[in-house]
Amino acid sequence: MTMIFGVPVAVFMGQLMLGLINGAFYALLSLGLAVIFGLLKIVNFAHGAMYMLGAFATLLGMQYLGIGYWAALLLAPLVVGALGMVIERLLLRRIGHLDHLYGLLLTFGLALIFEGSLVNVFGVSGARYPTPEALQGGLQLGFMFLPTYRAWVLVAALVVCLGTWYVIERTRLGAYLRAGTENPALMQAFGVNVPQLITLTYGFGVALAAFAGVLAAPLYPVSPTMGSNLLIVVFAVVVIGGMGSILGAVLTGLGMGLIEGLTKVYYPEAANTVIFLVMILVLMLRPAGLFGKEA
Amino acid sequence: MNQLAEQTGVTHYRDHDGAEMLRVSDLHAFYGESHILHGVDFEVRRGELVTLLGRNGAGRSTTLKSIMNMVGRRTGSIMINGNETLDVKPHRIPRLGVGYCPEERGIFASLDVEENLLLPPTVRSGGMSIDDIYAMFPNLYERRRSQGTRLSGGEQQMLAMARILRTGARLLLLDEITEGLAPVIVQALGEVLVKLKERGMTIVLVEQNFRFAAPLADRHYVMEHGRIIEEISAAELPSRREHLHSLLGV
Ligand SMILES: Nc1ncnc2c1ncn2[C@@H]1O[C@H](COP(=O)(O)OP(=O)(O)OP(=O)(O)O)[C@@H](O)[C@H]1O
Ligand SMILES: [Mg+2]
Repeated sequence: MTMIFGVPVAVFMGQLMLGLINGAFYALLSLGLAVIFGLLKIVNFAHGAMYMLGAFATLLGMQYLGIGYWAALLLAPLVVGALGMVIERLLLRRIGHLDHLYGLLLTFGLALIFEGSLVNVFGVSGARYPTPEALQGGLQLGFMFLPTYRAWVLVAALVVCLGTWYVIERTRLGAYLRAGTENPALMQAFGVNVPQLITLTYGFGVALAAFAGVLAAPLYPVSPTMGSNLLIVVFAVVVIGGMGSILGAVLTGLGMGLIEGLTKVYYPEAANTVIFLVMILVLMLRPAGLFGKEA
Repeated sequence: MNQLAEQTGVTHYRDHDGAEMLRVSDLHAFYGESHILHGVDFEVRRGELVTLLGRNGAGRSTTLKSIMNMVGRRTGSIMINGNETLDVKPHRIPRLGVGYCPEERGIFASLDVEENLLLPPTVRSGGMSIDDIYAMFPNLYERRRSQGTRLSGGEQQMLAMARILRTGARLLLLDEITEGLAPVIVQALGEVLVKLKERGMTIVLVEQNFRFAAPLADRHYVMEHGRIIEEISAAELPSRREHLHSLLGV
């Protein structure tokens, strides 16, 4: 059997693949955080809860309304995104003039409320969501077996990330967003309704988290705490990448997933901490993050 | 997306047919607790070029920002094109046909030159086409793919002016456009202003450089301590030049 540094190729590639898929989730979530932070200057601590709500919407939609996976892929982000817009309009906007720390605290409180309420109703043990029929089975690649659903997650996440990057960097709406991030007062003086832009942006960032939640539903147990566990790692990813850059968020997310996967192969004990080690290193050497602008 | 830029509410602004484009009456403005404008009064007729002169800190920039509803609190009256605007939201003001060029220029670093140019939404029909604009500012065409803030100071100033010409604004509020620029660029800006006047634009020019403003303006207002203290027409200027210099401390 072919080995890579003493590890069978199949195991090596398998872990790399797993890492890449985790990385896809990191990318989707840190992308949403970066978009929200750019315009609202708020670190959205409710992001994990929104991811969790996306997964729950998918699960409950199937159980109670008979909504299938493919419809959920569209509907869950829409519904959760709409909830995000309501939150922005009714809560975040009211504290927009205060120190941004208040936004962090408010969203943290919201996350606790969402999690706690769902724990009350559903308990902490997760429920399983079936893999959609069209994506069952897998591909024998020769050196490894690749489950179709995992391949789909990777492709879907990458397409959404690149689509988001394209919209932000190459379209007029994206130019509004970039300019609004730099100088919202001047954008108003040009006739752009900045409060509305902020609501839409928050809704969109939250919808990205919910989309990740739908993708996650068939992979991981759907439980009220699934988001908070993931979010800690995602924050580390964001710190490593730096808040400033869209592409940076995506690349760092994927990269950190891979590093985690590699660590699982060679030193499994450190797999859960390696990202935080990288974070400490980056903070010491380049505090603004790999892609952040040095202040 | 256009909803963001389009006017959605029920307010319908009108163009009145009178000669008056802007009338500011008893305007007080505040930044938080600091009371900056203390009853500013002036008016600008359609097609006029009027300057706001004054020493540093007199409140000229604050006057322009107040017109754009960019300061904390305002009282008094600001009539733009026949509409009272004291209760109009900031993003609605440009829809009355107002274009604002801020003192710090406000070129966006995350946008290239052309994106900067195309950024402000069209507020009225009849704006200049992008070709007209590039004809007026050939440098901008050559550098259209550069990052906005990579331009020289003069080019950034051209860009900050050019982008409000596209929107169809008929009333331009220009804050210190010649500040820190080389004489040839100042001269080029003067030529641009002459062309804009020929196109029928109404212009409020906040200036430090009186020699630049004098030959262009129809009237001058002098500000001090948040008030207009003097109005001088172009015709009166030769006889009152000494007096004006003493007011400005030049
Ligand atoms: N954001 C602000 N908060 C508090 N005070 C301000 C603010 N901006 C300006 N001021 C104060 O308001 C007064 C008027 O400032 P303004 O910028 O209108 O002056 P100006 O006439 O444009 O002069 P110049 O541009 O040469 O400084 C100054 O005393 C200034 O310190
Ligand atoms: Mg000023």
